[in-house]
Amino acid sequence: MTNIWAVILARLPLAALLLACSFAYAETKNSCLDCHSALPDPLGVSQETFSHDIHAQKGLTCASCHGGDPTSDDADKAMSRKAGWKGKIDRAQIPQLCGSCHSDPSFMRTFNPSLRTDQLSQYKTSVHGKRLAAGDTKVAVCTDCHSVHDLRAPSNLASTVNPVNVANTCAHCHADPNYMSAYKIPTNQFADYSQSVHHSALAVRGDLSAPTCTTCHGNHGATPPGVAKVQNVCSNCHTFQAQMYEKSSHKAAFAAASLPGCVVCHSNHGIRHPTDAMLGTGPAAVCMQCHTPGDACDQARAGLQSGLSRLDEAIKGADQVLGVAESSGMEVSEARLGQDQARDSLTKARVTIHSFRTDLVDQDIQVGLKVAAKNLQAGKQAMVERNHRRVGLGISLVAIALVLLGLRLYIKQIES
Amino acid sequence: MSAWHSLRDWLNDRLEWDDLIEPLRKKAVPLHGLSYWYFLGGITLFLFVIQVLTGILLLLYYRPGANEAFESVQYIMTQVQFGWLIRSVHAWSANLMVFTAFAHMFSVLFLKAYRKPRELTCVSGVILLFLVMGFGFSGYLLPWNTLAFFATKVGTDIAGQVPVIGKPLMIFLRGGEEVTGATLTRFFGFHVAVLPGLATLLILLHVLLVQRLGISVPPKLEVEWNANPAMKREMKFFPNFMLRELMAWYVALGVLGALAAIFPWNLGVKADPFVPAPAGIKPEWYFLFMFQTLKMIPSKVWFIDGEVLGVLTFGVIGLVWLLLPFFESEDPSRTKRWITGLAIFALAYVAGMSVYGHLAK
Amino acid sequence: MAGKDPGTAGAGNQFSTPVPRRRVVEALLGSGFLATAVAFFYPVLRYLVPPQESDLGGDSVVAGRVGELKPNSGKIFRFGQHPGLLIRTASGEYRAMSATCTHLSCTVQYRDDLHEVWCACHNGMYDLNGRNVSGPPPRPLESFEVQVRGEEIYVRRRREA
Repeated sequence: MTNIWAVILARLPLAALLLACSFAYAETKNSCLDCHSALPDPLGVSQETFSHDIHAQKGLTCASCHGGDPTSDDADKAMSRKAGWKGKIDRAQIPQLCGSCHSDPSFMRTFNPSLRTDQLSQYKTSVHGKRLAAGDTKVAVCTDCHSVHDLRAPSNLASTVNPVNVANTCAHCHADPNYMSAYKIPTNQFADYSQSVHHSALAVRGDLSAPTCTTCHGNHGATPPGVAKVQNVCSNCHTFQAQMYEKSSHKAAFAAASLPGCVVCHSNHGIRHPTDAMLGTGPAAVCMQCHTPGDACDQARAGLQSGLSRLDEAIKGADQVLGVAESSGMEVSEARLGQDQARDSLTKARVTIHSFRTDLVDQDIQVGLKVAAKNLQAGKQAMVERNHRRVGLGISLVAIALVLLGLRLYIKQIES
Repeated sequence: MSAWHSLRDWLNDRLEWDDLIEPLRKKAVPLHGLSYWYFLGGITLFLFVIQVLTGILLLLYYRPGANEAFESVQYIMTQVQFGWLIRSVHAWSANLMVFTAFAHMFSVLFLKAYRKPRELTCVSGVILLFLVMGFGFSGYLLPWNTLAFFATKVGTDIAGQVPVIGKPLMIFLRGGEEVTGATLTRFFGFHVAVLPGLATLLILLHVLLVQRLGISVPPKLEVEWNANPAMKREMKFFPNFMLRELMAWYVALGVLGALAAIFPWNLGVKADPFVPAPAGIKPEWYFLFMFQTLKMIPSKVWFIDGEVLGVLTFGVIGLVWLLLPFFESEDPSRTKRWITGLAIFALAYVAGMSVYGHLAK
Repeated sequence: MAGKDPGTAGAGNQFSTPVPRRRVVEALLGSGFLATAVAFFYPVLRYLVPPQESDLGGDSVVAGRVGELKPNSGKIFRFGQHPGLLIRTASGEYRAMSATCTHLSCTVQYRDDLHEVWCACHNGMYDLNGRNVSGPPPRPLESFEVQVRGEEIYVRRRREA
């Protein structure tokens, strides 16, 4: 308690607000709830709702943000401007209000020393922040994403800014064509993202490291990464692909044409799991959208694709033989393990595609083909072994039948 | 020829061989419509011998221990020549033996072969059946794969439900609070030393009793034959019955070989205590009826814990089963019908619950 | 065996059963027993022969030889069914851990420029004790015990407590 007091007294500009908060905290009298817990929705906040709020849990009350005198039972007195009451916080003022605590490192340190305090300054650099400063109050402010009165810590699964929920939160505005109509930007990002490999990694597989909106756009400083810089964003996780692309002929060509790097082939929000068909000529193909059929690049493309599919088929072929061997009880776990190596080579070759060099890709493919051939051989060997077993069994059964017949005749003989 | 004879005579002079096998020569097997049930005990014994032989062979390469058991079984299956055959025969023979032991027990119940004076034969047989199940339970863990690991966990957990002695019993079985490498060492000891020793002694006793008391005749036939001794039909045990038994053994061998060659026993995935239990963990089929029953008992019956009730009930039933021969009338013409009824019910229950447990998710 | 075998049947049979037929049965039975004996003992004898590869290694493998690794480098070795990573730190110490990334099971590698273990698939980082320090990996890599015996570097799984 004394610590908080010391901090409060040191921060005179905040004194009015925080004194109210501290009084309320100290005396635990909060007349706001007497009415507001019974009022209909826009004005109603129940004790139950607010109890989920991280601020409530840390000891803050209504008056901490809204001001006023919660110790008074008289509504007029409690909500008098004289008592510092602010009423509904103007949207334009919200970032400043939140920032009055959250941008103060020495204050925030008393609650959570590792919490960042640059949110407000970041926000001011974001598209949201700039437009707000220009007087557009339709843009997102703190409470739009973090929610209000039941604001939970991001680590909480029910938080609107938990990684799993971020996309939904952004979509609240960005997927609403009416709301976004004035800005002339698309509203299909969320629909696209929901189809993407990143979404399925995050939502289906539960991999919290998989990217959501804020991973690429930033959160408080949310801004599109920009055409020239998109590969920097992707390379945070896709390191090898970025390194290869960096040295490839496409890098300069895309830059000259102001094409957005990775996005040219992979799209942005709706990134699907890439397939070898992207190198083909079918509907999923990407190369031939720019290249002319028959040119050197087209030939290289065909070479890359056939290399990948050759390895893919070699792996599948070996898998199939190993599967048959396994289902007839042969122990082929060694070769199964080897198949993982072949698959690793295929994955590596698919990564090396981003160098757009047939020689480099071919190296990986040859390694994989060799391993797959060895595994196929092991599978065939197992099948040969299986047939040996059956032949051995057949011979033994004939011997057993011989004994049975002999015994039968022998018994007949001694009993006749 | 003559060398063989002189060797036989030489041995006979020293071992008094002829006296030893004299009772075998005199021994006869009653001949009637249900005589073929008499083969089951012999087949079970044969399978036990197979188990001992293949078990000894497996010991040449098997290593108990959480870090080595799985690898050594894998080694047997992949590197050792015909290792797959030895292990598959051991595993299949174990399952067949459990089956024939059960079948033997039920045949004895239905033919009422347990009546005076054969009560002790029956008691030793039922104990042997329990031992066989103990063999199955302990042997199942030895390859140290995931299924075995969790089946053992569940099985020893059930043992832990027994009131008062449950907890110490579980700790004794597991060699600690959890199923670990210590459990494997213990189970290995039970499987290759304690149980074989006990089983061999009991089998000797069991066979000796059969030898001493002769082979039982169903009560109805016994009454008839006693009234009219001329109706009595018998087959000499040696060599006539023995040769037929030998045929049965050869058939069993063929079946074992075929099962092992066509369906080699698989190895599974190495046990990892930190991986969550896979869904649908089930024990070996011969424990399924108990497992399924325990699953179906509500968690609270009146004021007793459901699991505890189930375990206690099975304990009581096991005890009753052991003592069943002593409830039977001594007079073959007035045998107790309720025992047959109970046996039919037990067979139907075990079969039904096993099938249900197999199909249940 | 001049047609008279006292071991089997009574005297009555000898007249009713022609001698050749009896010998056929005996030959059949004898060859059957012989054939089955071969069928049973052949696998058993082969089983008794110790295989070439005399040891699966169990819980400990030779991951490399002393002098094979320069300080500040690493190599992948086979540990049972999975790859392992043996590292020689800049100070010359040996470390070993599972080389399977806990994120999506790619094989990790030692980065001599960062002095850390790195997964190329999604830029995951582990420290030299296998602890996940940045990027997507959700769990540490299993770390192994390293023992240098003579010229060989042995790696073994840590004993369970």
